[in-house]
Amino acid sequence: MNLDELNEIKEKQKKYNQSFDSYIKVCVAASCKSLKSDQIKDAMREKMDEKCQVKGVGCLGLCSKGPLVSVTVDTNKQILYESVKAEDVETLFNATCKKEAAKLPQCSLDQPFFKHQQKIVLENSGEIDPEVIEDYIEKDGYQALLKVLNEYGPEEVVREMMDSGLRGRGGGGYPTGLKWATVNKARSDLKYVICNADEGDPGAFMDRAVLESDPHRIIEGMAIAAYAVGASRGYIYVRAEYPLAIERLKRAIRKARSKGFLGQNISGTSFNFEVDIRLGAGAFVCGEETALIASIEGKRGQPTPRPPYPAEVGLWGKPTLINNVETFANIAPILRKGGAWYASIGTEKSKGTKVFALAGKIENTGLIEVPMGFKLRDIIFDIGGGVPEGLKFKAVQTGGPSGGCIPEDLLDLHVSYESLREAGSIMGSGGMIIMDETSKMVEVARYFMEFCKSESCGKCTPCRVGTVHMHDILDRIAKGTGTEADLSLLEELCDMVGQTSLCGLGQTAPNPVLSTLKYFRHEYDNLIQKQEQPQVNQ
Amino acid sequence: MSVLTLTIDGQEVGASSDQTILDVAKAHKINIPTMCFLEGLTPWGGCRICVVDVEGAPRPLSSCTTHVTEGMVVTTTTGKLESYRKMILEMLYAEGNHTCSVCVSNGHCELQDKAQEMKMDHVRLPYLNQNMPMDSTHEHFGLDQDRCILCTRCVRVCSEIEGAQTWAVAGRGVDSHIISDLGTPWGESDSCTSCGKCVQVCPTGSLVNKGNAVNEQIKKVNFLEHLLQMRGQ
Ligand SMILES: Cc1cc2nc3c(=O)[nH]c(=O)nc-3n(C[C@H](O)[C@H](O)[C@H](O)COP(=O)(O)O)c2cc1C
Repeated sequence: MNLDELNEIKEKQKKYNQSFDSYIKVCVAASCKSLKSDQIKDAMREKMDEKCQVKGVGCLGLCSKGPLVSVTVDTNKQILYESVKAEDVETLFNATCKKEAAKLPQCSLDQPFFKHQQKIVLENSGEIDPEVIEDYIEKDGYQALLKVLNEYGPEEVVREMMDSGLRGRGGGGYPTGLKWATVNKARSDLKYVICNADEGDPGAFMDRAVLESDPHRIIEGMAIAAYAVGASRGYIYVRAEYPLAIERLKRAIRKARSKGFLGQNISGTSFNFEVDIRLGAGAFVCGEETALIASIEGKRGQPTPRPPYPAEVGLWGKPTLINNVETFANIAPILRKGGAWYASIGTEKSKGTKVFALAGKIENTGLIEVPMGFKLRDIIFDIGGGVPEGLKFKAVQTGGPSGGCIPEDLLDLHVSYESLREAGSIMGSGGMIIMDETSKMVEVARYFMEFCKSESCGKCTPCRVGTVHMHDILDRIAKGTGTEADLSLLEELCDMVGQTSLCGLGQTAPNPVLSTLKYFRHEYDNLIQKQEQPQVNQ
Repeated sequence: MSVLTLTIDGQEVGASSDQTILDVAKAHKINIPTMCFLEGLTPWGGCRICVVDVEGAPRPLSSCTTHVTEGMVVTTTTGKLESYRKMILEMLYAEGNHTCSVCVSNGHCELQDKAQEMKMDHVRLPYLNQNMPMDSTHEHFGLDQDRCILCTRCVRVCSEIEGAQTWAVAGRGVDSHIISDLGTPWGESDSCTSCGKCVQVCPTGSLVNKGNAVNEQIKKVNFLEHLLQMRGQ
């Protein structure tokens, strides 16, 4: 496929997508689908006449108000209906085809949740049908790949990535351009590109939404990466708990192959690239890159010490580029619009936008994308709508089990890799769990330690045994039977496990404890000095 | 492979790039305590006792798995490292059920030796008392999971040297344990050749010869080095 052919598809699809009188978009991503939005979509499709386009689209963001249905009758007036039920199909039919006013709960598109976001990764989410490749092409899909293949050398692509300042969205925040440059320079007959879609942090669903809403974006990003580093094979490692994402990825790979974006001699060049899917079987540690590679190789999913890094010795011993889903989702826009464009968004050291999954005690649970440097308070109170039921905000947990809790007085920080680290937490992959005044912080720390304990692979002593003892101590303190000696042993264990564990799981497992100790130490003290009711039922 | 220079404990030493920090330290008679490491088997990096400080690294690195690089500055002993190592030992003791006085390996046990070497005189962590199963179905050998420290030497020797691949690790976290032939009793294992290598490399009284009384189990862990010498490796 060449650029002219691509543009022809684009124009044709644009014309087709504008040829209706009215448009209905039903969110069929996991959250809305779990409320049977796909059945609503099918029922609508049956009911509506041919002048109305009914489309299943990806995540519209505001998951707590789902199922969401967007209706456009006049070209410029979009109405978003929330909590749509199967019996509403008739009313929606009258609203669209007979232009009657529908008496259904509407979700204002003027509210901060929609107005104050800036979308790059999610630009197509809720807009295109994730199962139709032409829809992606209409939104400039695969333009970047063809441009790169025909106009850029691999080093130029790497340079563009360096200029963009993009950093890995999988947690570590390692500069993506630098990683690509390392793999590009590695000498080998065979190299691999892996997309890490194992997303295992409790409360995180950013990657899932991207895969379900816009799967071609990942394939395009991976293909560009493969060209830049000199790889010819790619794997997407998805957790098996994401069946919808897997199904959409499979279909997308098939379509991309049939259109010639994957396979041999892509776009008439000498570049070959094939992508396969590998399923993870639900172990959190398999999101760690060396364990993930072991798992793809068919071995027990256990990490190996780094160095050597996968960029030098990766899958089957070959140099391997491994990036996160959201990292790959940023690639096509960067190459379409240039690294400098991307670098103009965000803060000095954290560029671009970041997707966050809002969960917990917050009015608007769902998925948002904001530029780096956005104020944490505005994420929670403006976009997120604040804490429900008139309760007071207490803390926000970021970064999952490797992260920490940030208290009220630090809410004015501007979100970036550095600022969150300074506050004793991490950006992580983008999960944000909001806690109100009823949350007990020792219990929060105990919960995350329980998670780490049961997800430890057991290979190294500090993580395997240390997490058990840390959990037991937290459990005792939460139940009101902990002692001062317990607390000092806990602090010693935190240091020792963090310093000596083999992989990131153990190295960061103490973080939720350390950050709650830093900001909420009085809760520990009060429980130990028996001034407070136990935080769990005995 | 290239020749390079690095500093270990203030001493400038020469090495080749295919050596690990532990290799180089050994060659210069610098003692780094190890537990899961065994000469002749692929380094595992699991026990974490051999961790050392490397300048520029955010945290200590396992010396058995980390290859030396030009200009590397390594410190093998600090108060902090010693307290970490001691804590690792305490963890191993608290995880299993290492009652030396009734153990066939008493007096010939690497875990016991390490505790003496590092002057670990008590365990501050509560014992987990996991009550792990025993397997005495094999004609000549026995497996006591309570005394296993999950060093995986048995797994590695069986796969890398004997080529039988009888042993593997099942379960995860603190539930990890050694299994033969995907969980079949050892005595019914099709793959086991009864060579006994796993028993010889086991650092504790976990894998043992049958018929020994307390203190009687003596192991020849160094047979691998002889084997390698004979093979000219
Ligand atoms: C315990 C653990 C779990 C991880 N899970 C994930 C994950 O689910 N998804 C992910 O992208 N990265 C995960 N990572 C980070 C990866 O090891 C790796 O850094 C990342 O995939 C690199 O991609 P990036 O540079 O694009 O961020 C995890 C790391 C650790 C230590």
